[in-house]
Amino acid sequence: MAGWNTHEGPALCLPLANVDTDQLIPARFMSVPRAQGYGDYLLHDMRRDDTGGLRADFPLNQHPEVSILVTRRNFGSGSSREAAVYALVDAGIRAVIAPSFGDIFASNAVNNGLLPARVEPEACAKLEQALTTGPRPIRIDIDTRTLRLGDLTVPFTLDDSWATKLINGWDDIDLTRAHGDAITAFRDTRLRTAPWAWPAAH
Amino acid sequence: MTAPRTLLDKLWAAHEILRREDGVSLLWVDRHLVHEGSHHGFAKLAARGLKVAEPDLTFAVVDHYAPTRDRAHITDPQIARMIDTLRTNAKAQGLRIYDLTDPEQGIVHVIGPEQGLTLPGLLVNCGDSHTSTHGAFGALAFGIGATEVAHVLATQTVWQRKPRAMRITVEGTLAPGVSAKDIALGWIAALGTDGAQGHAVEYAGSAIRGLSMEGRMTLCNLSIEGGARFGMIAPDQTTFEYLENRPNAPKGAAWEQACADWAALTSDPDATFEREVKFDARDIAPTVTWGTSPEQALPITARIPDPDTVTPAKADAARAALDYMGLTAGQALEGTPIDQVFIGSCTNGRIEDLRAAAAVLKGRKARVPGLISPGSAQVKAQAEAEGLDQIFTQAGLEWAASGCSMCVGMNGDLVGEGMRCASSTNRNFRGRQGRGARTHLMSPAMVAAAAVTGALTDVRPLMNGRAA
Repeated sequence: MAGWNTHEGPALCLPLANVDTDQLIPARFMSVPRAQGYGDYLLHDMRRDDTGGLRADFPLNQHPEVSILVTRRNFGSGSSREAAVYALVDAGIRAVIAPSFGDIFASNAVNNGLLPARVEPEACAKLEQALTTGPRPIRIDIDTRTLRLGDLTVPFTLDDSWATKLINGWDDIDLTRAHGDAITAFRDTRLRTAPWAWPAAH
Repeated sequence: MTAPRTLLDKLWAAHEILRREDGVSLLWVDRHLVHEGSHHGFAKLAARGLKVAEPDLTFAVVDHYAPTRDRAHITDPQIARMIDTLRTNAKAQGLRIYDLTDPEQGIVHVIGPEQGLTLPGLLVNCGDSHTSTHGAFGALAFGIGATEVAHVLATQTVWQRKPRAMRITVEGTLAPGVSAKDIALGWIAALGTDGAQGHAVEYAGSAIRGLSMEGRMTLCNLSIEGGARFGMIAPDQTTFEYLENRPNAPKGAAWEQACADWAALTSDPDATFEREVKFDARDIAPTVTWGTSPEQALPITARIPDPDTVTPAKADAARAALDYMGLTAGQALEGTPIDQVFIGSCTNGRIEDLRAAAAVLKGRKARVPGLISPGSAQVKAQAEAEGLDQIFTQAGLEWAASGCSMCVGMNGDLVGEGMRCASSTNRNFRGRQGRGARTHLMSPAMVAAAAVTGALTDVRPLMNGRAA
């Protein structure tokens, strides 16, 4: 996964609260292997009518080129399905800006190079207002934790460890395997001091 | 003297292998539960040519795609492929798999405790947000995404920043007809679906102590619907009695040592929580959801709120929810006609849930069709030994095999477009039970009451003279 610290791209407002991961990708598409791409499933039932055709009045259908979403509170709540992040990433989304995110979604996002940028509700309302007439470019700087839309500069919050991971594009498994000795020592101690922690019948 | 510690502090410290300078901890994972949906995690592992680090601590369960009818003939090739993929991965990695015909099969969050795989003091991970269920035993249990599943498979560890500690205290005695589901829907309605974001919730107080393990699991299960990745309850005698002699629980001297260790898993009396919320059990009534988010819930005696009078931040969502649900502001919740019912899921598919529903349905007929899918094959066998299946089928409801079923619809058990379902499940999200499906969440007893009248109904009058 490639790391990044700045991005500038067209941002679209999705003025909806509580967009849960069942909306981001309905469960029926989750058996698809990742290699086939998940972009077409993003917000599937909102974007498409009963016959599978794209709804002309849905903003994301009018502007499929956007790479940033500005949305409302509690984005990505619900199911832990990482497929919700795959759908966003495969549709070309690099960052989601919102007042709050589901905890598991935010963690999954960072693991896939997608920035969950948390902004104050008032600031988010300003961004939303600036986007009412359609997409406009936003410049994101992870190092300074700021977003810029025209003259408007908005700070965002992001866990420091997540910023490091996004910037470096790190994969945790490699980092963790470097701690192999500590893990083995911990396991040995646990087995000795809490033998009940191993399943009795296995 | 050491500073007073919360249950979260103690569980965290017991699993922390190391803490990086940035404050993120590497935690040891005692149990990793995988299911058909874990295929992305296995694929990531295979892409790196790695094996499962601790196959003896990793358990595979067929539940999300498990057919509830005619299991010997799976006609949908996608479903068959998902189950076969889990079988192939489990076999290649040497994992115990709870497969479709296994008498111990069931929903992962039902069989973990049932098999004694879930114990106090353990860290339990699963690629499913309802993993918070296992916290009912005083375990550190949380749902993870596919990248994290691959990480746990490869290393038996997980990176995590310690959440903030929050305590929800419920004092008093629940009235008849009021259950753990109502406690949960009540606090989520009060605090919002993001009310506990970033926090681990410990449930405490006499009303919580008075809950059975089944009730505690329902409550911890729904923590994620209030935004909390973790829910937990300090273990006590109720916990130990539930676990003793379970297949994977410690035996003999190991059991004694375990109980002694587990007895210390309580928050110290002077421990401080970053957030404290208190409720009085007497204020909790049978509760149902009216919208498309679990926070849109009210006592059954209430009227559907007017979007013009709710807080502005929630008005748009309320309007959209009423439109989707086909409901009118100001209308009484009670009496809203329904099309079908569902009882099951990791939230409310346990034996106590089926007993509560059967107590209402006994000798009565359902006015709408419905499906009952027990949480596990063992729950199914127990229910049949008690004759509950007869009560359900005589009422006209369908009695099926165990799986996630109509809670998430992956196995093909779906609610039709525009149909209204009274459901004992956990999410009333748009399309969760099927495209265009309208879900009302409630307790199993309330679902049974809705089945009897064909409408949203207060279960309490229907319980007169009956065992709850």
